[in-house]
Amino acid sequence: MIEIRNLHKSFGKQQVLKGVNLSIQEGEVTAIIGRSGGGKSVLLKHIIGLLKPDRGSILIKGEDITKLKGQRLDEIRADIGVVFQGGALFDSMTVYENVAFPLREKTKLGKKEIHDRVIQALGDVGLEEMQNKYPAELSGGMRKRVALARALIGKPKIILFDEPTTGLDPILVRSIHKLIRDTQRLYGFTGLIISHEIPEIFEISDRVALLHDGRIIEVGTPEEIQKSDNIVVKNFIIGIESGG
Amino acid sequence: MFAFLKLIGRYSLDLLKFVGEMFIFLLNSIYHIFSPPLKVRNFLRQVRFFGNKSLIVVIFTGAFSGMVLALQGFYALNKFGAEALLGPVVALSLIRELGPVLCALMVTGRAGSAVTAEIGIMKITEQIDALTVMAVNPIKYVVVPNILAGIVTFPLLTAIFDVVGIYGGYIVSVHALGLSEGTYFSQMELYVDMQDIRIGLYKSLSFGLLVTWICTYMGYTAGYGARGVSRATTNAVVLSSVVILIWDYMLGAFLL
Repeated sequence: MIEIRNLHKSFGKQQVLKGVNLSIQEGEVTAIIGRSGGGKSVLLKHIIGLLKPDRGSILIKGEDITKLKGQRLDEIRADIGVVFQGGALFDSMTVYENVAFPLREKTKLGKKEIHDRVIQALGDVGLEEMQNKYPAELSGGMRKRVALARALIGKPKIILFDEPTTGLDPILVRSIHKLIRDTQRLYGFTGLIISHEIPEIFEISDRVALLHDGRIIEVGTPEEIQKSDNIVVKNFIIGIESGG
Repeated sequence: MFAFLKLIGRYSLDLLKFVGEMFIFLLNSIYHIFSPPLKVRNFLRQVRFFGNKSLIVVIFTGAFSGMVLALQGFYALNKFGAEALLGPVVALSLIRELGPVLCALMVTGRAGSAVTAEIGIMKITEQIDALTVMAVNPIKYVVVPNILAGIVTFPLLTAIFDVVGIYGGYIVSVHALGLSEGTYFSQMELYVDMQDIRIGLYKSLSFGLLVTWICTYMGYTAGYGARGVSRATTNAVVLSSVVILIWDYMLGAFLL
């Protein structure tokens, strides 16, 4: 579904990605874990075409997104939903308007159909009561749910989650993770989650990849990752800083 | 010496890069102004925002500018026995110069800074990125409505500023300084012609473009965090104010 090949990116003298290689399988939830500031969000921004790499390619359904621009890039993006770290909800719009926004802007659907789909998406994330509230009136967890509803509304084939549980308490972390898993089963999207929630992330991922020092150093099922002999992986899981 | 030259070189390159980026941003915006569909709802909301935010302050500054012009003008004209020309002095100063400039400065402080802060916050909270990934062009959706609203509202607010200023001057001239009502307006009618009004209009139109261009650009390129947005807002107001005064002189010298 998504094939990342030898991706390099530097900002000035700082080399953030040093040759990332990763395959993301269709219909699976893949988690990319790694230390804060390790380039996970930079990698995600490349997948959605917000950043261009210095070298390497990202194939989405066989097409190299790093070479695309304009309308063709927008067409690929129409199949990708993104849940940003802080939600990135539009402050000036209500919850309903936020969720309806992609449909109003990019489709020719009628008011009734948009309304039905917004209500359904809000129902799927358990927030149908909140449709007239503004983002500022919601808690952090609710904002993430609205962001998920907005990402789901266009029924994309891929959803990227940029640290969807940052800043939430452990109970909310579990509840957001469960919501991601439930909606993934319901909608069947391919999920990519950037996270450093260890060990909670293992419960909802089909595969886990560890990004360390600008490279993916290990990929496997959650069980394989937890049993890995790689010292960097081991140290990361138990929360010890490693020199490598 | 070498370090000093190196410093000058670096500042020059930074300045060139900044100006170049600003022009690319403007060209990009102009391209999206003419590529349909126009976001009419956003445009109308921004027209209301500019007008609503700035109207009271424009009325107040307009009134007091006219009043102080009448007061000082009377003092100067009185020395030559030319008080009868007070009406045209007030009107010409306002229409050709003070109206467009002061109005633009006031709107920059009130609405321009708010536009920078709003777009800056949209940038740092990833709302601009969210628009991009939803295949909605942020320049078209956020920047263009502001630029068009500036081009529409600046001349209208300037017209209000001028009219209120002329009446402010009237109150001081007629009711405080004893000039006859007929003299104030008839002399104005005689000396103010369409060309003066046209100059004022050209100025306010160009200020509308300049201010919204600078303020949207600063917001769009704001650095991260609260400090990034506050710095962008300050820079937007300072740069807009300086550019207004420089452009006013250049346009004045060219159109005179």
